[in-house]
Amino acid sequence: MSVELGIVAQQFVNGLTLGGMYALLALGYTLVYGILLMINFAHAEMFMFGAYVGLFTLQGLSQIPFFTSSGPALLLLYVLTFLIAMVATGILGVVIERFAYRPLRHAPRLAPLISAIGVSLFLQNAALLWISSRSLPFPVLFEVRTFNIGGASISSMQIMIISVTILLMLVLDNFVSRTRLGKSMRATSQDRDTAGLMGIDINRVIALTFFIGPALGAAAGIFSGMYYGNIKYNMGFIPGIKSFTAAVIGGIGNLRGAMLGGFLLGLLESLAAAYISTGYKDVIAFVILIIVLIFKPGGLLGESVAEKV
Amino acid sequence: MGAIKNALRAVNDFFSTRVGRIVFFFALAAITLFMPVFFQAAGNAFMVRIFALVGIYVLLALGLNIIVGSAGLLNLGYMAFYAVGAYAGMNLGFLMQEILARSGAFGESAEHLSYWVLLPFAAIPGVIAGIFIGAPVLRLRGDYLAIVTLGFGEIVRIAITNDIFGLTNGASGLPGVGQTVAPAAGQQWVRENLSFGNFMFSKDLFWYYVILLLVLFTIFVITRLDNSRLGRAWVAMREDEVAAASVGVNILSTKLWAFALGAAWGGIAGHTYAYWVGFVSPESFNFMESVLIVCMVVLGGMGSIPGVILGAVIITAAPEIIRAVAASPALSGLLTPEQAAAVGDYRFLIFGGLMVVMMALRPQGFLPSKRRARELQPVDETVLAQENQQLWEAEHKHDSDSDII
Amino acid sequence: MAMLEVNNVTMQFGGLKALSNVDFRVEEGEIVALIGPNGAGKTTLFNLLTGIYRPTEGTIEFSGTSLVGKKAHRICTMGVARTFQNIRLFANMTTLENVMVARHTRTRSTPLMSVLGTRAFRREEEHTVDEARKWLRFVGLEGKANELAMNLPYGEQRKLEIARALATEPKLILLDEPAAGMNPQETASLTKLIGKIREAGITVLLIEHDMKVVMGIADRVSVLDFGEKIAEGKPEEIQRDPKVIEAYLGSGAEALMAEG
Repeated sequence: MSVELGIVAQQFVNGLTLGGMYALLALGYTLVYGILLMINFAHAEMFMFGAYVGLFTLQGLSQIPFFTSSGPALLLLYVLTFLIAMVATGILGVVIERFAYRPLRHAPRLAPLISAIGVSLFLQNAALLWISSRSLPFPVLFEVRTFNIGGASISSMQIMIISVTILLMLVLDNFVSRTRLGKSMRATSQDRDTAGLMGIDINRVIALTFFIGPALGAAAGIFSGMYYGNIKYNMGFIPGIKSFTAAVIGGIGNLRGAMLGGFLLGLLESLAAAYISTGYKDVIAFVILIIVLIFKPGGLLGESVAEKV
Repeated sequence: MGAIKNALRAVNDFFSTRVGRIVFFFALAAITLFMPVFFQAAGNAFMVRIFALVGIYVLLALGLNIIVGSAGLLNLGYMAFYAVGAYAGMNLGFLMQEILARSGAFGESAEHLSYWVLLPFAAIPGVIAGIFIGAPVLRLRGDYLAIVTLGFGEIVRIAITNDIFGLTNGASGLPGVGQTVAPAAGQQWVRENLSFGNFMFSKDLFWYYVILLLVLFTIFVITRLDNSRLGRAWVAMREDEVAAASVGVNILSTKLWAFALGAAWGGIAGHTYAYWVGFVSPESFNFMESVLIVCMVVLGGMGSIPGVILGAVIITAAPEIIRAVAASPALSGLLTPEQAAAVGDYRFLIFGGLMVVMMALRPQGFLPSKRRARELQPVDETVLAQENQQLWEAEHKHDSDSDII
Repeated sequence: MAMLEVNNVTMQFGGLKALSNVDFRVEEGEIVALIGPNGAGKTTLFNLLTGIYRPTEGTIEFSGTSLVGKKAHRICTMGVARTFQNIRLFANMTTLENVMVARHTRTRSTPLMSVLGTRAFRREEEHTVDEARKWLRFVGLEGKANELAMNLPYGEQRKLEIARALATEPKLILLDEPAAGMNPQETASLTKLIGKIREAGITVLLIEHDMKVVMGIADRVSVLDFGEKIAEGKPEEIQRDPKVIEAYLGSGAEALMAEG
């Protein structure tokens, strides 16, 4: 009986860890969809890009003896790595929006999607050709401890990932609901033209969205690198689709929905992997996506975009 | 620069005249009919294989074009239909061989008919997959539909890799141990009877002509469909779904026809590929392949048969040809063999970039049909688009009865 | 039993009530006009009648069969056709092709027949072209058969939309502001056309702002304001109805009219 509980508890923790990463990535999809009604197919590559930048920053900075000298210094190293990767990826996101999507803002809806596929192709193959076709190891510079709680073994890495992702989500949630910029983002996603008429700089808000989303994706990418120990040029593809599924489950366009959906999907997947053959593990997300889109496309928390008459 | 433009314009003008068009047609016919023979005679088996491979991709692109070009639905999982056709074709062939072997009927060489006999039925697994995938999801908005088809494509690939129903032999592919693919009837005959001297009517050459026949048949069918009640319904639906529905066009059914027909072609292409190459494995049917076909259709010109064919030819052949040409001694000055090999790898990078550029500058593709060029010209249709959007949102909010056909 | 019966229909979009408890009837052979200020809910009613929206409450019956929940193309097959307030032609198709599409629901060729080129298919294609030409002639557009729809002048585009709707062989046609943007000559010609439609045995329900058209052709007029029906009756009665005047001109106008 307690073994069973142990397995469930284990999968619960695994699920939350996985779910945190999915949630961060899902936020990017939902933010962009809320504002532009567009699926940013290239978002998965932000995940990958962030991981690579994180890797190189980590490798580079760790050469400096100061950073490996003490615990706090190590912490600083990681914080810097995250910051640099997130900012760099955010900038990439803004650039992509400016050149690949903005010209298509009034085009039929499929055009930006096709363009996004092109961007995704381009970025993936750029990494493949100019960095490496093989997976690169992602070093862990600190000691990971495992705790045994009631039959479940939880690592400090998992605790860290879960707590930092929740922290980032809280920051975002507050930003969007309390700050002026956040409010302009919400206004723009509800009614773009009216927001513009009220004096909100639409292009600026959209650029901000394309900064925050990819930045969060970058964080998720670094976590993935740390958690699985390696990164690869196509690491974004499957997590991307799964995170999109998470966003849809929660209600595309709804921030809290994306967070909820991410954790939910992570949990579902971990439980399924424990009890169903692992070969079909990835199928779970696809099947859920199809079912949700057919039967309840509004997701759990419904569309945040108000209905227009 | 001006001289080049003038030259291009002169060429274009020439080919627009009656004489020019006849010349063009004959040149094209000559190339498609005889070039492979010349290559074979010259001992260049590689190029013959390229021709055949291009043919398969042309079939796939034409099939996807029915879905994307005619009905305006983006399908990112087209490989699913291709895979279904290939695996079904192989398994049905094995079944046929067994039945023939057991019953002893029709003699030994009957099994060579499996490709031909099963060809008309090759479309059916594709159609079944198309309806199965299409029916539940065709209500969805365009971009959601695209993602869902991607999902289905992946599900099919994963299922194949995991040897679903024991039919696919997982990652090892088919044929498995103890199974053989019977060479198609006619292959042996042409090799024996149409070869002379150094020229051998090889397997690749044989299959090239089979594929060419299929391509011509496909063009015939699509042209007929475009000029029919269904073809008009497709165009109307693309123009304005709400208006089309208001004059009696059953939108779901019309979309489903496009899906099923497009899938049928995937099945035919898969069946042919399986018997030509003699081997299938899940790697050939991954997402990148689906994207490649989408590139061919989008870059070549959605909805336009010549455009799509051009797209398939360029995207399939160009990297291979560049690689081969650059590796040849004649041009060793221009590119090193390593660089030439790398060109093939840069393929996706270039196509990805091209897609972005094309969407912004020339969304109708390189060789658009005239109608599509008009449809996709960046006209500011925001008001109409918004109204469309709102009405469509409203329609999707309600339950509707499911009279599909 | 009336041809069209709308009973107690309410349409709610989230917090907005577009139509409240509307009762409405159209008898066979009538020409009924639906008028009211902008935003009164007239086009919403049309959208309900043609299956684009589903009423929050109430019933809609056409020749005794309920229309609620039926899809737009089904309703068209049942015999209800419409035009749109903002012209929705198939812009990149020719005039003739636009009308040919409308024959979709009255023809039965399958794709297989088209590919095989059977005699039945070819006969039906010819018939489709003939019927399309017939309706173009009916509205006076036969000369423009091969023009692209988007190249037609505005007035002719409206006529084309009417021809397209007529080609579906409706029993009831809904015209949404057919005279909008037309000059007096075009308006007169349109009024004649509507008369012709009635003579062809088709019942007409139209939304219109142009009172000349309404007075000239309508048997009955219903007035909507803020989603409610506020008046109904013969055109001359409606013209004098104080509630209607108030709806259009605002309160106080009634007093003004009484004075002047």
